[in-house]
Amino acid sequence: MSAIPISFPGAGLRTPRWATVFAWLALLPILVAAVAPELLTSASPILINPLHALLPPGGDHWFGTDQLGRDLFTRVVHGARPSLLLGLGATVLAVVAGSLLGVLAALGGRVTDQVVGRALDVLLSLPQLLLALLVITVLGGGVANVVIAIALAFTPGYARMVRTEAMVVRRSGYVEAARGLGLPPTVLVARHVLPNAVGPLLVLATVGFGTALIAGSGLSFLGFGVQPPAPEWGAMLSEGRDFLGDAWWLGLFPGAAITITVVAVNVLGRAAQRRYTRRTV
Amino acid sequence: MIHVEGLTVSFSGLEAVRDVSFTVAPGECLAIVGESGSGKSVTARALVGLAGDRAEVTSRGFTFDGADLSKLTETGWRGVRGRRIGLILQDALVSLDPLRTVGAEVAETLRTHHVVEPSQRPARVLELLAEAGIPDPEQRAGQHPHELSGGLRQRALIASVVAAGPSLLVADEPTTALDATVQVQILELLGRLKREGAALLLISHDLAAVARLADRVAVMYAGRFVEEGPAEELLAAPAHPYTRALIAAVPAAHAKGTRLSAPVQEPSVTGPALPARIAALLTGYESACPYVSRCALADQRCREEDPSPTPVGERRVRCHHHDRRLPDLPPISLGETRAPGPVLLSVENVTKRFGARTAVDDVSLELRAGETLGVVGESGSGKTTVARIALGLLDPDAGTVRLDGEPWSGIPDRLRRARRRRIQAIYQDPLGSFDPRHTAGQIIGEAVALPRRVRKARVAELLDQVGLPATLHTRRPLEMSGGQRQRVAIARALATGPEVLVCDEPVSALDVSIQAQILDLLATLQRDLAVAVLFISHDLGVIHHVSDRIAVMKDGRVVESGATAEVFGSPKEPYTKELLAAVPTLATERSPR
Amino acid sequence: MSLLRRVGAGVMVLWGAATLAFISLLLIPGDPVSTLLGPATMASPEVRAQIAADYGFDRPVAVRYLDYLGTVVTGDLGSSYQLQRPVGLLIADQLGPTVQLALAAMVTAVVIAVISAVTTAGRARPVRAAAGAWELVAVSLPSYWLGILLLTAFSFQLRIFPVIGAQDLAALVLPALTLALPIAGVLAQVLREGLEAALAQPFAVTARARGLSQFAVRLRHALRHAAASLATLTGWLVGSLLGGAVLVETVFGRSGIGALTLQAVGNKDMPVVMGVVLLSALVFVVISNVVDLLHTAIDPRVRA
Repeated sequence: MSAIPISFPGAGLRTPRWATVFAWLALLPILVAAVAPELLTSASPILINPLHALLPPGGDHWFGTDQLGRDLFTRVVHGARPSLLLGLGATVLAVVAGSLLGVLAALGGRVTDQVVGRALDVLLSLPQLLLALLVITVLGGGVANVVIAIALAFTPGYARMVRTEAMVVRRSGYVEAARGLGLPPTVLVARHVLPNAVGPLLVLATVGFGTALIAGSGLSFLGFGVQPPAPEWGAMLSEGRDFLGDAWWLGLFPGAAITITVVAVNVLGRAAQRRYTRRTV
Repeated sequence: MIHVEGLTVSFSGLEAVRDVSFTVAPGECLAIVGESGSGKSVTARALVGLAGDRAEVTSRGFTFDGADLSKLTETGWRGVRGRRIGLILQDALVSLDPLRTVGAEVAETLRTHHVVEPSQRPARVLELLAEAGIPDPEQRAGQHPHELSGGLRQRALIASVVAAGPSLLVADEPTTALDATVQVQILELLGRLKREGAALLLISHDLAAVARLADRVAVMYAGRFVEEGPAEELLAAPAHPYTRALIAAVPAAHAKGTRLSAPVQEPSVTGPALPARIAALLTGYESACPYVSRCALADQRCREEDPSPTPVGERRVRCHHHDRRLPDLPPISLGETRAPGPVLLSVENVTKRFGARTAVDDVSLELRAGETLGVVGESGSGKTTVARIALGLLDPDAGTVRLDGEPWSGIPDRLRRARRRRIQAIYQDPLGSFDPRHTAGQIIGEAVALPRRVRKARVAELLDQVGLPATLHTRRPLEMSGGQRQRVAIARALATGPEVLVCDEPVSALDVSIQAQILDLLATLQRDLAVAVLFISHDLGVIHHVSDRIAVMKDGRVVESGATAEVFGSPKEPYTKELLAAVPTLATERSPR
Repeated sequence: MSLLRRVGAGVMVLWGAATLAFISLLLIPGDPVSTLLGPATMASPEVRAQIAADYGFDRPVAVRYLDYLGTVVTGDLGSSYQLQRPVGLLIADQLGPTVQLALAAMVTAVVIAVISAVTTAGRARPVRAAAGAWELVAVSLPSYWLGILLLTAFSFQLRIFPVIGAQDLAALVLPALTLALPIAGVLAQVLREGLEAALAQPFAVTARARGLSQFAVRLRHALRHAAASLATLTGWLVGSLLGGAVLVETVFGRSGIGALTLQAVGNKDMPVVMGVVLLSALVFVVISNVVDLLHTAIDPRVRA
């Protein structure tokens, strides 16, 4: 899993308009596939047809068929929902948990901050994938556990970021100015600290979603997440791995689906990040 | 001798510098003065061929000691830069490589131009640092910029620039980030280099600061020289309305009650100078005078015909109406001299330490109703800490603060909250004091303790009071100009109806003409609302202009205090005298009205 | 930071990692003896009690925790449930191939990133856009898919590199490249942006104004600043190399720590997983301290 460091100062180059348009164009069919796969294909993703095993891409089977004769296009389409849900579920969980922890550390007083800070240091010293695997060792495999595992692996990074942001905001001129107006601490936190500390994280979570998607499919690829015969992009890659010599398409299309999704999400995420920093920094 | 004729620099079609011509002879100093965005820095960089890849530089003549620079290749430029023309930038903390020692930076110039044998380089570096007035050069050469004081590192920067003996020095805001007393020393160093035969091109936003060194002055506006000529003549009898506005805007020379800026007809035009083409688009006239939107003398001719340089005495002035008198600025009538009111805010023997450092040391101040108390000091004097203590945002370690006779320090924050509305603040950096996600309306509205339905009307009223259009309430801080932001900050402070206003460097980050408008606004508001002001600034000129009484701070202590005229007229402490000597003054004095 | 505080912080992280591993062990649902024996093995209550006593499952948690910390300090990581061998030995056996892979990948990634960043930073828009595009695709590539693509192209179709399972140097090329490319994308981006930020600073103008060429400014001034910005990425880099190794070793059928870990996770072989966690934390602590020292050497402002 190649986790992208979640904060890029300055957010780099301006994303050209055509790039965001392309990203949306690429994402649109994937979103349709996730929400309503029946619109794109009427075939069954799990129906076995040994007579049509390992057919190369062609008119009947756009992406070819797999070793059991299942239509690969249909499987890639139906794989969108579980793949995206793995990433989305983990990201939402991690953002919520990270925000809570980060805010708690920043505003909960010295001792809390020390304890949470040390714990985050430890978690951040471990590879994210190893943390996820540790959770899976404890809880076992399966979709829900993989979501929890990835969320736990991503939470420390998010928490550290929110903590840093909240610290900066708490000492900022505008919080002092609001205090000078006689506003009570609760209002300061609710109106100024929270939105400004968590806001950047929500923007970054778009990029984080791409990373979580790669991680989720990666764990399925390793055999812990979605189990065959259910279609999921990572699990499909894992199944296809044994036939790479004969059927290159099995290794191409599911991975391309992951990569295109992540590239598109990253393009949009960075554009959003840039818009956000330009408006507020 | 450098000679430039018709220099124009444009960035994707927008002209940042427009048809600029000048000559600087050895031993002479030309000062280019302008506000941010006027094109003065671009001019400086174009002179060393560093205007950037996207810049399109054209000229009718661009020669240095007879050599044509306009057709120089990059390799050719490398022989000129550093060796023939040196560039001194603002703030050596970032203008010298922060990761390298200052000695290494000076040595780099020597090595690049093979000035001395490699074996003699270290010795020469020390000589150069010593010549630039750095004591103990052996030790300093091994230090990094952040380990030196502002003055010392600026000297090191100058040493690195003069190392290969350039005969023209281009100094872009060389003293801007420095304390007044240090500014004087750096200007003296530049003056010595000039006397030793260097041609000096001094670029600054501060007309008064460069006046003591410049032989000639060029005033730049919207990319062009609007007035250029001998310094004495230009300062004594400025011809262009913009030059006149700039000189009128210098607060040092003008007593309290003098208006510094022309009343703004269009509040939207409080931003920086607009590029000529944009100004033309705004006014709808293709070839208008770029100053037309801010000019009190503008008429139809100014909108239709861009003035070309006209000789006035020994000067060249771009104005159709250089011989017309500007309307007098109406004074801000202060009314009857009021007897000092009761003490509103008293700071009694306050001390505050941060770790081992004593930021404020046994300071006492008294602020009476309706008056302005100026607190002046250089960076690190503890004046901002005093402001925060006065505002009740920071508790002193010793001593007490009273607001209207009742304890204001050493009490729980909860008890202060309701009374905070009586004492409000205006900060140096309005941008930092605004929540970046909020609009101007929300920022001011937060301070208005009224029900939602009447709040909006009150916000509009406040915006109007500080000279902003009501339509501004939807703008976010980043979408406003510096002047607009400070006006919003003032509106927020007024929203609670305070009796005391604490202004911490409220105009330091602003261009001179904007500073003048804000000072005028503050003066008018103080007159109308009878609010007491604790005005904190490093700028003696500003302090002199606004204050009834003054306290001079140094190293956390008040070293001298008294009525403004008294302290300025007969300073008793040596430090006050030193500060006063450092105040840039102009030859032209307008009598207070 | 003083040496003492540095060591102290490192020990804190290791202690935390050991505690985390121990807590994970406790959190495994069900009876530890059943976990140890695996689902297939039946055992009489007497045997189970004997096993529990042997492994100390019957003692109070606090005692077991202190006992665990005590053995870890002496370097004893316990025995694998599955393989019945000391975890230390198992890890030592598998360390070689993984270190080889990680080092090869890191060198490859750094070389690619430096070349990409130095040649594209601050150049004309199309060049920077192209650099941005390749960086974006590289960071978006799942390494397991990249590995499959490379295998299909170079091993199955072109037959340049061995397919699977081989351990010689030729077999290292594709795995190292697979692990390196996504990392190179991130490094290249951070380096390029660091260079561009440095070149936009006033000191870069000062340096050019003293007669230095654009290239000399990059090399003598800007590169150091960009390198300093990499220091913050250490933790991420170590994590990506170790975590990525798990996937890459699977794709290419290599043996190594990754394969060992994966097997242990599948078998709930907790002592092995705990050992790998401790090893990762140790590697992180050592490397981040080395990088901190380098950072201090590059940027004197950090010392203050």
